[in-house]
Amino acid sequence: MPDVLVWLMKAGAIFGILLGTAAYLTLAERKVSAWIQYRYGPNRVGPWGLFQPFADLIKFIFKEEVAPAGANPLMFRLAPFLSAIPAMLTVAVIPFGPEVRIGEVATNLSIVDLDVGALYLLAFSGLAVYGPILGGWASNSKYSLLGGLRASAQMVSYELTLILCLLAVVTLSGTLDLREIVTSQAERGVWNVFVQPVAFVLFVVATFAETNRHPFDFAECEPELVGGFHTEYSAMRFALFFLGEYCAMIVMAGLTTTLFLGGFGIPFVEDPHWVLGFLAFMTKTAMFLFLFLWVRWTLPRFRFDQLMGLGWKVFLPVALVNLFLTGAVVSLLG
Amino acid sequence: MTEHVTYEYSPGAGAEELLAQHQDDPIHGETMRLNMGPQHPATHGVLRLMLELDGETMRSVTPDVGYLHRGKEKTCETLGWHRFFPHTDRLDYVQPLMNNVAYALAVEQLAGIEAPPRAQVVRVLLMELSRIMAHLIYFGTLGIDLGAVTLFFYSFNQREELYRILDAYTGHRMNNTYVRIGGVYADIDEGIESMIRSFLDEFPGHLEEMNKMVERNRIWIDRNRGVGVITAEEAQALSLTGPNLRGSGVEWDLRREQPYCGYETYEFDVPTGSVGDCYDRFLVRVEEMRQSARIARQALDRLKDVKGDVLLEDRRFVLPPRGDVHRSMEELIYQFKIVTDLRVPRGEAYHAVESSKGELGFYVVSDGSSRPVRCHIRAPGLMNVQAIPHVAGGRLFSDMVAIIGSLDFVMGEVDR
Repeated sequence: MPDVLVWLMKAGAIFGILLGTAAYLTLAERKVSAWIQYRYGPNRVGPWGLFQPFADLIKFIFKEEVAPAGANPLMFRLAPFLSAIPAMLTVAVIPFGPEVRIGEVATNLSIVDLDVGALYLLAFSGLAVYGPILGGWASNSKYSLLGGLRASAQMVSYELTLILCLLAVVTLSGTLDLREIVTSQAERGVWNVFVQPVAFVLFVVATFAETNRHPFDFAECEPELVGGFHTEYSAMRFALFFLGEYCAMIVMAGLTTTLFLGGFGIPFVEDPHWVLGFLAFMTKTAMFLFLFLWVRWTLPRFRFDQLMGLGWKVFLPVALVNLFLTGAVVSLLG
Repeated sequence: MTEHVTYEYSPGAGAEELLAQHQDDPIHGETMRLNMGPQHPATHGVLRLMLELDGETMRSVTPDVGYLHRGKEKTCETLGWHRFFPHTDRLDYVQPLMNNVAYALAVEQLAGIEAPPRAQVVRVLLMELSRIMAHLIYFGTLGIDLGAVTLFFYSFNQREELYRILDAYTGHRMNNTYVRIGGVYADIDEGIESMIRSFLDEFPGHLEEMNKMVERNRIWIDRNRGVGVITAEEAQALSLTGPNLRGSGVEWDLRREQPYCGYETYEFDVPTGSVGDCYDRFLVRVEEMRQSARIARQALDRLKDVKGDVLLEDRRFVLPPRGDVHRSMEELIYQFKIVTDLRVPRGEAYHAVESSKGELGFYVVSDGSSRPVRCHIRAPGLMNVQAIPHVAGGRLFSDMVAIIGSLDFVMGEVDR
C-alpha cells in the first residue's frame, strides 16, 4: 500500500475521532451537568439522547446567520474559523497509539511525528486566541469587545505557564517530539506526573484557562457579558466557536495525557497491542475531559483581575522555579 | 460620605479612592458607556443600568427603574380593598404570601380588627416558608451570577418542595392569594402539616449541602469578600432594611422591633454581619433561612394547641362561607355587600412586615367609602436598587453581578 494512502487514511481516522469526540463531548457535557444537577439531560433524540449532537448540527446548519449592523464583514466571518481551525490542526502531532501493524502495513498512530511536535502544538494553540479577539472586536458590540479583550489577556498570560510546565517535561525527556516523550516515560518506568507533580498541577489549571473553560471562562461569562465574544454569532458560525472550544479541550486533555500520564503506555505491560494502547490513551484523555466538565458544574467563576493575579503572581513564578530546579537536577545527574 | 472598610483585596477600597487611582493612570483615556439591561440575564428582571466603563472599571452607575411599572398602587384605588389581594401577589412574586399578609395587616389595622389566634399562627408559618422561598431564589441566582450554576438547581429543588406544599394547601404554586382581611382563607389540615414537617426535617440538611459548596470556597469568598461594602451609617442613610441592613451590622428586625402576628412569642436569632460586604449579606441570609425553619417549626407545633377558626366571623369584612350563601338570605346580602361595596372606616394606617427583602409596608388611607383614597407600597427592593450606584463606583464590571445578586431585589416589587 502506498505511503500516501496510508497517511490519508490515518489522517481521516484521527480527524474523525476528534470530531466525533467533540460532538459527543457536547452531549456528555449536558448529560454530566444534568447528572450533577439532578436532571435528566437530553433524552428525546435517540436512546439516551445519543443522536442529540446530530440534531444540534442539523439545527445549526438550517439557522439563519445574522450579522449585526456595522460588523466588520471579513473579520466577523473569519473569526469562527480562526477559532476552530487551529484547534483542529493541533491534533496532528498527538500520538494516539503505538505502532499499528495491519498485515504488511506498519505505521505510527498519529498524523505526523514532528521533531518539534510540542512547539508546533503550542504555536497553533496560541493562534486560537485570534478567534475570540477578532470575533469580539468585529461584532460591533460592546459586550463582545469586552469578551474579546478578556480572552486575549487571559490566554496570553496562561500560555506562559503552560509553556514553562511543558519545558520542564521536555528538559526531563530531552526531546520535543511528543512520541518520544511517551517512550521516554515508558523507558524510565515512571510517569512524569510523579516526577513533575508541580508542573502537572499548573499545566492542568493552565489548560482550563487556555481553552477558556470554566472557572476561567471570562471571555464568555454569561451573567455579565452575555456570551462575550460570541454574543452576536448565530447558526454555524456560533457552532464553529464551540467546535473550536471542544476540539481544544480534547487536544489539551490528550496533551496532558501524553506529557504526564505516559500517553498510550500501560503500566507493567511491555509493548501492548496497539488497540490496547489506543484504548489506554483514550481512557486517560476521557478522564481529563470529565475533569473539565466536573469543574465547570461545581465551581464558581473567578473574577478577571483575580485570574490575572493568579496567573502572573503565583503560577508564573512557581513554574519558573520548577523549571529551574528541573534543569539543575537534570544537569547535575547528567 | 463616610469612610469605607478596607479589606485584604484592593477592591475593598472605597469608590473615591479607586477612581483617584485611575485618574493618574497614563493609559486612562476615553470611557465607554455600556447599557446593561433592561434585557440582561444578571439584572434579575427588567432593571436598566447605565454604566460608564473605564476599561473594566465602572466609573459610575445609573440605575433606571420603571420597566415593569404596572400601576399597582393606582389599581388598588380603583379595585377596592378586597380585590387588590391578587395584585399583591405580583409585587414580590417570589414570596406572594408575605405580600398578602402585609397588605391584610394594614387593612386590618385600619378596620380595627385582628385575625383569630390560629390564623396568626398560620400566617407566621406561611411567612417563614415564604422567606425561605425568597432566600432560596437569592441563593440560586447569586450562584448563577457568580458562575456556580449547579447551586441554582439545588436551591430550586428545595423551592419545588415548597411549591408542592403551597400547591396542596392553596391550590396554586405561585400567586396564591390565600390571605384575607381577618385571617386566611382555609385552615391547614393534617396532611399539609405533615408535608411541611417533613420538609422542615430535611431542609436544613439540604441547606448545609448547598452551603458547603460555596461557604468556604476560595473563589466564592474572593468574589464576595470586600465587594459592595456598605457601612452601618451608609446603610441607614440609604434606608436599607432587612438582610442588607443586618449584613452591615445593624440589628434591626421588625419581627423583634415592632412585632406582629405574635412574633414576640417565637424564639429566633437575628443574625448580623460585621463588614457589610456581599459575603456578610450572604452569611446573614443563609442563617436567616435556618432561623426561618426554626420559627416555622415552632408555628407548626403551636397549630396543635391553638385551635379555632382561621377567619373572623365579622360580616363587615369577611365573606360568608360559600354553602351559607346559597341557603341564607342574610348571608347572600353580606356576600353581595362585601364583593361590591366593602367599606373600611375613615382613617389611615401603615403596617410593615419584615419581608425577605426588608421592610415591606402598606400605607392605606380610607375616606370611609369602598375605594381606598391612597395605597402606597413601601417596597424594600427600591431602596436596595438605590444602593447600587453607591457601592458600584470604582469597582470592576464583574463585581456588578455580585452586587446586584447580593442586594437581592425583585423588579416586580421595585416598579410595582
